[in-house]
Amino acid sequence: MNRKQKKSLKTIIATAVILAAAILVSGFTQSRLIKIIIFAVPYLTIGNKVLKKSFAMLRKGQMLDENFLMSIASIGAFILGEYVEAVAVLLFYSVGELFESVAVGKSRKSISDLMDICPEYANIEKDGTLQKTDPMLLEIDDIIVVKPGERVPIDGVVIDGSSTLDTSALTGESAPRKIAAEEEIFSGCINISGVLRVRVRKTYNNSTVAKILELVENSALAKSRSESFITKFARVYTPIVVACAAVVALIPSLITGDAATWIGRALIFLVVSCPCALVISVPLSFFAGIGAASKAGILVKGSSYIERLAKTETVIFDKTGTLTQGNFEVTEIHPEHMSDSDLLELAATAEYYSDHPIAASVKKAYGKQPDTSSLTDVNEIPGNGISAMLGGELLLAGNIKLMEKRGIKCEPRNADGTVIHIARGIKYEGYIVISDKIKPDSQQAIAELKRCGAANTVMLTGDRYEVAKQVCGVLCIDEFHSELFPGDKVKYLEEYISKAKNTVVFVGDGINDAPVLARADIGIAMGAIGSDSAIEAADIVLMDDKISKIPTAIRIAAKTMGIVKQNIVFAIGIKVLVMMLSIAGFANMWLAVFADVGVSVIAILNAMRAMR
Amino acid sequence: MKKIIKIENLCCPNCAAKIENNINKLDGVESCVVSFLAQKIVVEMQDSKADDICGKITRIAKDVEPDAELTF
Repeated sequence: MNRKQKKSLKTIIATAVILAAAILVSGFTQSRLIKIIIFAVPYLTIGNKVLKKSFAMLRKGQMLDENFLMSIASIGAFILGEYVEAVAVLLFYSVGELFESVAVGKSRKSISDLMDICPEYANIEKDGTLQKTDPMLLEIDDIIVVKPGERVPIDGVVIDGSSTLDTSALTGESAPRKIAAEEEIFSGCINISGVLRVRVRKTYNNSTVAKILELVENSALAKSRSESFITKFARVYTPIVVACAAVVALIPSLITGDAATWIGRALIFLVVSCPCALVISVPLSFFAGIGAASKAGILVKGSSYIERLAKTETVIFDKTGTLTQGNFEVTEIHPEHMSDSDLLELAATAEYYSDHPIAASVKKAYGKQPDTSSLTDVNEIPGNGISAMLGGELLLAGNIKLMEKRGIKCEPRNADGTVIHIARGIKYEGYIVISDKIKPDSQQAIAELKRCGAANTVMLTGDRYEVAKQVCGVLCIDEFHSELFPGDKVKYLEEYISKAKNTVVFVGDGINDAPVLARADIGIAMGAIGSDSAIEAADIVLMDDKISKIPTAIRIAAKTMGIVKQNIVFAIGIKVLVMMLSIAGFANMWLAVFADVGVSVIAILNAMRAMR
Repeated sequence: MKKIIKIENLCCPNCAAKIENNINKLDGVESCVVSFLAQKIVVEMQDSKADDICGKITRIAKDVEPDAELTF
């Protein structure tokens, strides 16, 4: 509790004690004047601030201020002889305000704690000694040291040492990540085991941490439709309720002549005229939902995206790097005569000097240094493969065109990926298949998406028809379009958007699909750690490249929207109900106070559920 | 130019909405968002009128919520 809250708590306790005493004392007197004097003490103790404020507002002509309305209601109750109620209205109003402010402060803090990724200092290496410095002051190419237990202050490259990193604050993943020299390291992670020397690659303001914090802080500013609705509603709500109060006070009084009863009922309207419960709980629910998402490594750029995500109908995926890992690997080896490893060695030898991605994956799969002492006349033929001489014999590694050109008998193979045929001398030795592996969690994620209500899943890819068909088959994706140029993706996306009634989501890796991400109802970029362009282009950013985060995000969004709706219905419902009861004569001041502050508090507590 | 002003001690989001409305009516303000939860006023305004506008923002905030504290 801050100072203001403590002060208000003291006033509340003092008032409660004085009120209790006043009730006891007033039992001994029948005099109206003495009663008024007795109850004026607790009334002014609790009410002086509200009265002062409302007087100030009145002078500015703002009659619909909540302080002013509360004052009218309580003074009215006083005049009608409901002394205890008059004090109680203000007392409970203060209790509610206090509770509200504590609850909001708590939720603000717990949400910002989720994003507690801000590094406090950096150890900079200067003239052979270590000095503590502010991460803001680091410059590119400075050398810093990150000790075990410390937070990585800035984005850089490890130049010395190896360790494991706790990336949970960024990605929501609890499994530690290994890191070694020459690898990139991102700010916000915690170094677990070894000492790392890091060369600074980005200034603090351009580092991952600063980008994420900026994104999360600004997310409260992109307001959703529900929020705008509530603010607009609040603007008309108070005048309407006050007008109703005037009608209730005047018309029945004139007809029945019983002014006291009807003015009393009208005062109840004034107590419930503050729209605070609504106005506070809706943005708070979104705020909490965004907090819950960031805890899971899902950064949402504003509450409007939560609203849209909850209504996801079509999810469109990019293939390479999104559904698949994006790096090519040897997946099959089919030798004719020799062992698997011998065929792989032969292929690695042939590809030794090539820096084609296919060659790189063959060499990586072999993992050893091939014997190239007798390798000569290496010739890379674009679109075909490689021909070379190995120990005086012809060595070929490439596609079927290469084999046919050299007169080697070879059958076309049906495989899920790129096929490399290998021949030595004039003999066909077998083939190797290289393909992009599907991410281990893709299949489950697609199945879960369907359970979350995403009726339609689509894959767009520049890859060959056969490969696309195979990937979609494995993952149970409904539709696909293959062999696309980057511009085609936007065209197909627009087609889906025009067909869809609800939200169309596009998921990509953010590297070359920025225009598609921007055009979609919601663009989700994955693997965003360290990728500024992805963070810029997307509406929702996944810090790691786990596709299973998408159903998680949809679930959080749906839960948040559920809570938002509950709060709207609950708050408006209770207030309208109390007004009805009041006209019928069944409501009293106590119930009205509950409908005002009690409802606020319940709505706030409900909003905080979105965080779990 | 875009300016972010910290605003503390707002009593409720309703006040924030009132402040937002009134700032948006100021001459030279292109857009303004007041977030009760983020405790921030983000205002997009014409450079030449910035000083004048900042002064008026303080007055608007104090009118709606006398306890409000602004940090520019």
